[in-house]
Amino acid sequence: MSIQRRDFLKQSGMLIVSFSAAGTAALSAAGQAGQAAQASQAAGLYPDLDFRKLDSWIVIHENNTATFYVGKTDCGQGTGTAFRQMMADELDIAYDKTTCVMGSTDVTVDQGGSGGSDAIQTDGLPMRRVAAEARRVLLEMASARFNTPVDQLAVSAAVITVKSNPAQRVTYGELIGGKTFNVALTGNNVDAAAGVAKMKAVQDLKIVGQSPQRYDIPAKVDGSLKWAVDVKLPGMVHARNVKPPFAGAKLMSIDESSVRSLPGFVKVVSKGNYVAVVCEREEQAINAARQLKVNWEKPATAPFPASEELFKFMRAANPTGGGNPALVGNPDAAFASAAKVIEAEYDVPYQGHTAIGPAHAMADPSNGQMTIYTNDMKSYGMRNGVADFLGMPRDKVRVVWMEGPQAYGRTAADDAGFEAAYIAKEIGRPVRVQWMRNEETAWDTKGPAFTFKMRGALDASGNLAAFDYNAQAADYNHLGYNEPNTVLIAQLMGSRPTRPAPGSAGGPNEMYAIANRKTASQVVSLPLIYETPLRTGNLRDPNGPQITFASESFIDELAAAANADPVAFRMKLLTASTADDTGFKRARSIAVVKAAVEKFGWDTRPSPQAKSRTTGNILTGRGMAYTYRSQTVVAEIAEVEVNRQTGHVWVKRLVCAHDCGLVINPEGLRRTIENGMLHSLSRALYEEVQFDTEKVTSVDWVTHPTLTHTDTPAQIDVVIVNGDPNPKRPDLPQYGAGETMHKPLMAAVANAIFDATGVRLRRVPFRDARVLAALKTAGV
Amino acid sequence: MSNVTLKVNGRNHTVNIEPSTPLLYILRNDLDLQGPRFGCGLGQCGACTVIIDGVATRSCVTPTSNVKGEITTLEGISKDGKLHPLQQAWIDEQVPACGFCQNGQIMTAKALLDKNPKPTDAQIRDGMARTLCRCMTYYRIQAAIKRVATGKVGA
Repeated sequence: MSIQRRDFLKQSGMLIVSFSAAGTAALSAAGQAGQAAQASQAAGLYPDLDFRKLDSWIVIHENNTATFYVGKTDCGQGTGTAFRQMMADELDIAYDKTTCVMGSTDVTVDQGGSGGSDAIQTDGLPMRRVAAEARRVLLEMASARFNTPVDQLAVSAAVITVKSNPAQRVTYGELIGGKTFNVALTGNNVDAAAGVAKMKAVQDLKIVGQSPQRYDIPAKVDGSLKWAVDVKLPGMVHARNVKPPFAGAKLMSIDESSVRSLPGFVKVVSKGNYVAVVCEREEQAINAARQLKVNWEKPATAPFPASEELFKFMRAANPTGGGNPALVGNPDAAFASAAKVIEAEYDVPYQGHTAIGPAHAMADPSNGQMTIYTNDMKSYGMRNGVADFLGMPRDKVRVVWMEGPQAYGRTAADDAGFEAAYIAKEIGRPVRVQWMRNEETAWDTKGPAFTFKMRGALDASGNLAAFDYNAQAADYNHLGYNEPNTVLIAQLMGSRPTRPAPGSAGGPNEMYAIANRKTASQVVSLPLIYETPLRTGNLRDPNGPQITFASESFIDELAAAANADPVAFRMKLLTASTADDTGFKRARSIAVVKAAVEKFGWDTRPSPQAKSRTTGNILTGRGMAYTYRSQTVVAEIAEVEVNRQTGHVWVKRLVCAHDCGLVINPEGLRRTIENGMLHSLSRALYEEVQFDTEKVTSVDWVTHPTLTHTDTPAQIDVVIVNGDPNPKRPDLPQYGAGETMHKPLMAAVANAIFDATGVRLRRVPFRDARVLAALKTAGV
Repeated sequence: MSNVTLKVNGRNHTVNIEPSTPLLYILRNDLDLQGPRFGCGLGQCGACTVIIDGVATRSCVTPTSNVKGEITTLEGISKDGKLHPLQQAWIDEQVPACGFCQNGQIMTAKALLDKNPKPTDAQIRDGMARTLCRCMTYYRIQAAIKRVATGKVGA
């Protein structure tokens, strides 16, 4: 397909391609990528697509269907369906007459792949504009054909008619099917890509706001979808890595004779501290990687403290840098005159991405080119990174994006693609690399560990007079996106950037009006900076869940100290100012808190629950937390049952009130919110990367447990809110929704546990043993 | 290496393999079945689940030579081009996020319902407990199973 696509884009206005397959609406984008993956790559360069050409985005077929080509990837949140809805709406074509091709570098413009929940908020806008432009061009063509002004034409479902004489009609397919538009777009960058036409007013959108089913789901439930893990090529071999057994270990020697006689053995590939074994068959490579004798030397100093000592280490560590605290008002004076000062410390450990399927990729080195089949969410970055890493021209490297197991940030630094490409170039055969479970859980990128120290000053009336926030994140050498000098294989081969990326710690996101604030955050480093399994990367809403756990737990502590209802205490802080931003975050924050409270049936009273109500072994309580990310605001309420004999916490019910502006697909959004909250619940209850002073000891689903079916809430209520002061405005913005729901949930659960038990958990995760110990200490 | 004959989705296949090889690799690499997936190789997550003589089985830790019964994979549960009710329920309920684990979810649910067509909520939770999803689609998976158990598929 991609060869057809390239040829198509080279033509100028001639009918040259039938697009027999791509023209059928039933064929999914992933299916097309799968077809592309069935043959070795053909010779020929892979030039970049020009985002300033309409033809790079939209193809109209003779059968009056359309294919949209977008530079995004889908992490399992149905964005492809949303893209089709937005573009079909602007183009005026039925949703089911469209398909969407995503994320393969040689057929789609570079919109950066996935990340930052920007697919709808940022990238959706050029998609809408170019689709509107295609509609405008088609109307112009019909105008010329019928010799009738555009304003005398009507368009519906890809058919243009003359208003005064509907018998005069022409379809989009008849106007341009199989031919190119040859229309230039404007814009300094891809996000600004635009034509002459304007986007429709919200009121004129008909497909946006509906909930067509996700097109990718049928092939995912009948087993027919070709995923990146399924790619097979003639002459392919399988590779498995041999990771250093100790963090920071140095490779001294390899005894290749330990595997040379094993069945199917092809080669040991090694450079620096990177080692892989290649065999003809997959199980042979797994076996050979286990059998290979490698002599490693332990580092002279421990790479990191043991996980039980981590927070102590972080609190004593010198920050790697960082500016002065951000100051509002005069916090010192407010603390000096406070009626009550509350202090608390919070800890969040390293948490892994731990995808359900480990890192994997297939690389094809034929014809002196390199094609990588991958689920990398940032396929364009991988193309650039691999080209640099291998010293190949960019236009000889192509990345074919295909579906894969998602882990919400893991594949932004996709190690396996680089490894497959490196080995493929070395041995000159297509290579499939896949990590084993222990590699993935121990060595994937981590969300950084955090320690927090908070102080709050209450005045005599119980108002929050000052808030002093201090955060430290173990986020030194935060990995970039597919950088050729920071992906793991490059680090193991000795590559070092000029200086480590310092990552970030950050402060809370809320709209609370607090007159005196001090916000300080620093990054600290562990001893081992490179080649470490504790390398950090972007884990869903990077840093947000950690920060919000601490800040929204602390707000709850302050409410309790003020003997105030936790919602009332927050509402007072939200309504203490009338200042708002251009996105109306204050008004929308108030609206989501109100909506969550109403849906839950919140009983206004201070936490914790009265002791008289806590009889038996099961203690129940409710807690809330609120935050925003970018312009999306969210309030969540958890209802918990805490078993005081076992320490087990079950979140029985969750409510989320969510405002992301214009909603493209409400049912898709609901599921994204449900799943994102449960992902955070897994982090709250179970997830922690543990390690000794040599290596990560969390290596599988027993040593790094995750949420299971047993933990699933009995009820989840999602309330979609439009809290804009002018909710019907025609330019209601569309904001990202992939991460905000993930952010406040750990705090909501901690606050609910406090409400149920009177015990404040300041350390994530709330595994049974930790909860039980805290209950016992408190005499609950 | 030796010849091993497997009955999969109603058809016999003879493959020349090392007989101790976990069944998963034979299904995926020799028989081109892509429903069952590698998730952990340890029998912990369930992504590789197939049904052997009615029992949900983790093919990543099942030596091929141990397999005596008929194997059913995700590809084999639809009949005459019609989706299995669980597959239809998965679509009705729009269950998958990334979808990578859903083979294991559907196959485990099928074995569960085949034995107990009307499970209680607690039985669904217990029966599915060891089948993991990292997108956390559990809530909708359970709803989809209940759809099948209560005959509300296609509604």
